[in-house]
Amino acid sequence: MIETENLTKKFGDLTAVDGVTFRVEEGEVFGFLGPNGAGKTTTVRMLSCLISKTSGTARIAGYEVGNGADSLKIRRLIGLVPENVGLYESLTAYDNLDFYGKLYDRTESQRKESIAALLKMLELWEKKDVPVATFSKGMKQKLAVALALVHDPQILFMDEPTANLDPEAAKTVRDFILDLKKQKKTIFVNTHNLDEAQRICDRIAILNTTLRAMGTPEELERSVRGRVTVIQLEQPNDAVLAAVKKLGLGDVSAEGSKLTIGTADPEKDNATILDAVFRAGGRIQSVNVVGSTLEDAYLKLVREREKA
Amino acid sequence: MNPRHSWIIALKDIKIFIRKRTVLYTLVLLPLLLSILFPLVIKYGGKGSGGIPASSIPGVLGSFEWFYVIIPAIIPAPMASYSIVGEKIEKSLERLLATPTTDGEILLGKSIATFIPAIIATYAGATVFMALIDSVTYGKLGYFYYPNWDMGVILLLAPLVLLLSIELNVITSSRVSDVRSASQLGSLTFLPLIGIYLASELGVITLDTSTLLILAGVIAVLDVVMFRVSTSVFQREQILTKWK
Repeated sequence: MIETENLTKKFGDLTAVDGVTFRVEEGEVFGFLGPNGAGKTTTVRMLSCLISKTSGTARIAGYEVGNGADSLKIRRLIGLVPENVGLYESLTAYDNLDFYGKLYDRTESQRKESIAALLKMLELWEKKDVPVATFSKGMKQKLAVALALVHDPQILFMDEPTANLDPEAAKTVRDFILDLKKQKKTIFVNTHNLDEAQRICDRIAILNTTLRAMGTPEELERSVRGRVTVIQLEQPNDAVLAAVKKLGLGDVSAEGSKLTIGTADPEKDNATILDAVFRAGGRIQSVNVVGSTLEDAYLKLVREREKA
Repeated sequence: MNPRHSWIIALKDIKIFIRKRTVLYTLVLLPLLLSILFPLVIKYGGKGSGGIPASSIPGVLGSFEWFYVIIPAIIPAPMASYSIVGEKIEKSLERLLATPTTDGEILLGKSIATFIPAIIATYAGATVFMALIDSVTYGKLGYFYYPNWDMGVILLLAPLVLLLSIELNVITSSRVSDVRSASQLGSLTFLPLIGIYLASELGVITLDTSTLLILAGVIAVLDVVMFRVSTSVFQREQILTKWK
């Protein structure tokens, strides 16, 4: 549905996005994670045909980004939730939605139907005739999402959709994204909220000008250092330490009566490890498998770039 | 170019202008004040010396009429400037540019949104002016001075000047990032018109019907050229990435 190859954007001497290649499948929720200034918004703007690319290629549903004739077709297919809500504050919620519905050439009955459905779903129907200027930040953000969906787009680009929202409003938006996923919409989300990315995204790409990593949240977590098995013994035991080291599974360290064993696949290796501990006379208080988090992966990958 | 898209944008902008009272006041105030002031000058001018002689009235009115060419150069500035810069201030431009509308459709829509209220204000002012002038001069002249051909040409010139002013304002507002700068720069359109007025008052040129028609032709050509210029200077990328 969305494909890029070596997509690059330069502003003068500054390279904002450098050689980014990825593919987003139909119906997928794809997250773009990165710090401020990483190039996330620039990428979305290129894919939304708002700004030109410097080099590389990008295609949306088979149409080529940067091709004048294809740009209008792409804009018809996509919905954009920009970083700033971009509402006409003096107009009502209904008027805002109706304006965009008209620009996408929706008929009056289509507009009425989709506006009512969206406002009801986002719990804004009661406020449909109220000027947007009186809305809370959360209500405005929900309306911003509705605006991007008024023409029933196949693909939705969302730039920091829950930034600055209170937890309840953020949850409403996240739940709505998951509802859209059930409708087989392809969703591209820019965020620096790791928890959010983990909850809603099928796959995540970590961007810091260049693409640092890409995969499912689980794959990214594992990519940092795999997982470790932590065994709490009743008391320190050198024989146990030696026995576990002898297994040759990975790095083994002891800190008092706590043993930490690095292993690629704890579910497979733990039986062997525990057997070795018992045979060496170790008495176990607890066993835990500890994995690296998405945050570990994110920070490692982003810092690598900063050091470089 | 889909004119329907331009019309949708224009209606939305007009709706916003109606709710922004200050913009409306600036639009209505100048034509209304002048349309009342000029007849008062004719009625009470030269009161000590028996008033303005009947033979001088057409000359004085000729000078006043030219203001209905200057008015459309001045009044659209706040609205036209708001058109692009206002979208940027409300941070709504990115979303608008992401819709399947072309730059030409957006700019045409913005121009229509300013043109309609401004031409209504100008023509309404001119109608009040003509009616009041007729009422205060009929006694001296013995006939209704208006309507006449000169005023007809002036009212033909007004929308052409208005279009030119709007286009210059849109160009300016595409290049600056705050409404005040856009409005101040854009309203400079009236300076050449003041120059023409002074030249006619000093007898350098005569603003007769044929001169006005030639001027109308020149401004019509400038309107077409400036619309092309306005679409070429409207740089989406620059507006989105450079404006803060």
